Amino acid sequence: MDGVINLLVNGLATGMLVFLLAVGLTLIFGLMSVLNFGHGGLFAWGAYGGVWLYGVTGSFVAALIGAVVIGMALGWMMERWVIRPVYGNHVQQILVTLGVMLVLSEMLKVVWSPNPLKADVPPLLSGSWEIGSVILIKYRLFVIVIGLLVFLAVQLVLKKTKIGLIVRAGVMNKEMVQALGIHIRTIFTLVFMVGAGLAALGGALLAPYSGVIFSEMGMQFAILAFIVVVIGGMGSIQGSMLAAILVGLSGSFLAYYLPELSLAGNMLLMVIVLLIKPSGLFGAKG
Amino acid sequence: MMTLLQVKDMQTFIEQYHILQGVTMDVTPGEITVLFGRNGAGKTTTLRSIMGLQPASKGSIHWKGESIERLATYQIARKGIGYVPEDQSMFYDLTVGETMRIAMRRQDDRTMERQEWILNVFPDLRTFWNRKTGLLSGGQKQMMAIARAYVNDNDLLLIDEPSKGLAPIMVEKLMQSIEMMKAKTTVLLVEQNFFMAQTIGDRYYMMDEGKIVHQGSMQELRNNGEIRRKYLGIA
Ligand SMILES: Nc1ncnc2c1ncn2[C@@H]1O[C@H](COP(=O)(O)OP(=O)(O)OP(=O)(O)O)[C@@H](O)[C@H]1O
Ligand SMILES: [Mg+2]
Repeated sequence: MDGVINLLVNGLATGMLVFLLAVGLTLIFGLMSVLNFGHGGLFAWGAYGGVWLYGVTGSFVAALIGAVVIGMALGWMMERWVIRPVYGNHVQQILVTLGVMLVLSEMLKVVWSPNPLKADVPPLLSGSWEIGSVILIKYRLFVIVIGLLVFLAVQLVLKKTKIGLIVRAGVMNKEMVQALGIHIRTIFTLVFMVGAGLAALGGALLAPYSGVIFSEMGMQFAILAFIVVVIGGMGSIQGSMLAAILVGLSGSFLAYYLPELSLAGNMLLMVIVLLIKPSGLFGAKG
Repeated sequence: MMTLLQVKDMQTFIEQYHILQGVTMDVTPGEITVLFGRNGAGKTTTLRSIMGLQPASKGSIHWKGESIERLATYQIARKGIGYVPEDQSMFYDLTVGETMRIAMRRQDDRTMERQEWILNVFPDLRTFWNRKTGLLSGGQKQMMAIARAYVNDNDLLLIDEPSKGLAPIMVEKLMQSIEMMKAKTTVLLVEQNFFMAQTIGDRYYMMDEGKIVHQGSMQELRNNGEIRRKYLGIA
């Protein structure tokens, strides 16, 4: 029983980190039809930026906020200089964003260190709570809470604010949004920056969780995030959340009970969902 | 009278196809101009080219004397041109109210007044204010599309075949509402339904194979059975 709760918490925490990456991917794809393979690079930059800022300021809150800012700044540059010239061309997008991924990852080695760095859990969040015989690791619960808060915030913005409604309208019909006099490029840039900021937040949150960071760390999570976006349905935040939880849980439970299946598990999950519903769990398009 | 919109020798290619082969037309303010033509004549493409959604590669488009053919769609819209597309382009997951909210470029008194006015013309939209537009009936979707374009203080509405797929009674209602709008805005209406459009139109253009083949007052078309037969297949 205790083991199950632990696996549950681990799975949910991993799911939340993947969700933070998937938010940007799914919105960027839904709105701009861009497949951004550079997203994992932003995740890693968030991790390095967070660890660095935590070291410099001693404040974990400052580290998280700083990581988001770094992510948004990188996102802004990426959209303007890399993505914009290749809107509408998927093949070029894949090549160019994969290139960005490599560049971002190499830059980390130059700016910080070619060797993996250690990351500490802030004192306030380290340790665990014991409830009966169940041990709950504080930091993992913290990650889950942040993930849920981000989910709620994104939902609120998309459902209640004018800009959020415009983003959703853009996912449904870009031409009509423009015909209403809305400059959709500005919306693209904004969404890209927010997505990049959340990816960086994911990285900054992962660092203390895994204890060590390295420049290629974004890859594995980016792949999971792509799976999540496909399972959840392109453009759907709820879908991404649900799929991220599924992927997180299946990862943690399979690793424990059927370790030989743990890698294939997510792929299997994706294949099953796509067979039943090709547009994903919450996919509106297709 | 001065023209509001002046299209000269507009030519549009879609991929390698030469769809519009020189469209020339004037839209006079305060009038309802009807663009007729059979299926595939190029009516929708004409409106899309004016809106910059399918940019013309040759010719000129002047709005109140200013050349707009190089502008982006959102800039053209902001000049004061509202667009009601043929497929209605609903933001299916947004409600009627949310659609109106994002359609409004300003939230000033004038816009609110226009919203009130159009909701009085289309009371269904008020009734279904919180319903997702994807769930509206065909006629209600058309009302939604018109209201969305009307709510801003636009000087011209481009309306693409609002009668498509609707029952005659609904078409009549829509035509009446477009006529009511005439006091507030100029309209360029694409139609195939001559009997309905002739009741509200002031001027007509007849399109065929990407060109304007006839034009004149609606009265002239009423009197000319031959043109109607030739291009619309009706007596
Ligand atoms: N995306 C496209 N690709 C290729 N050809 C197109 C495309 N869109 C339109 N066409 C062609 O352009 C021509 C004009 O189309 P358009 O939609 O403007 O006609 P229309 O007068 O609006 O017809 P309808 O009354 O059926 O709506 C047609 O022959 C059509 O097949
Ligand atoms: Mg048409």
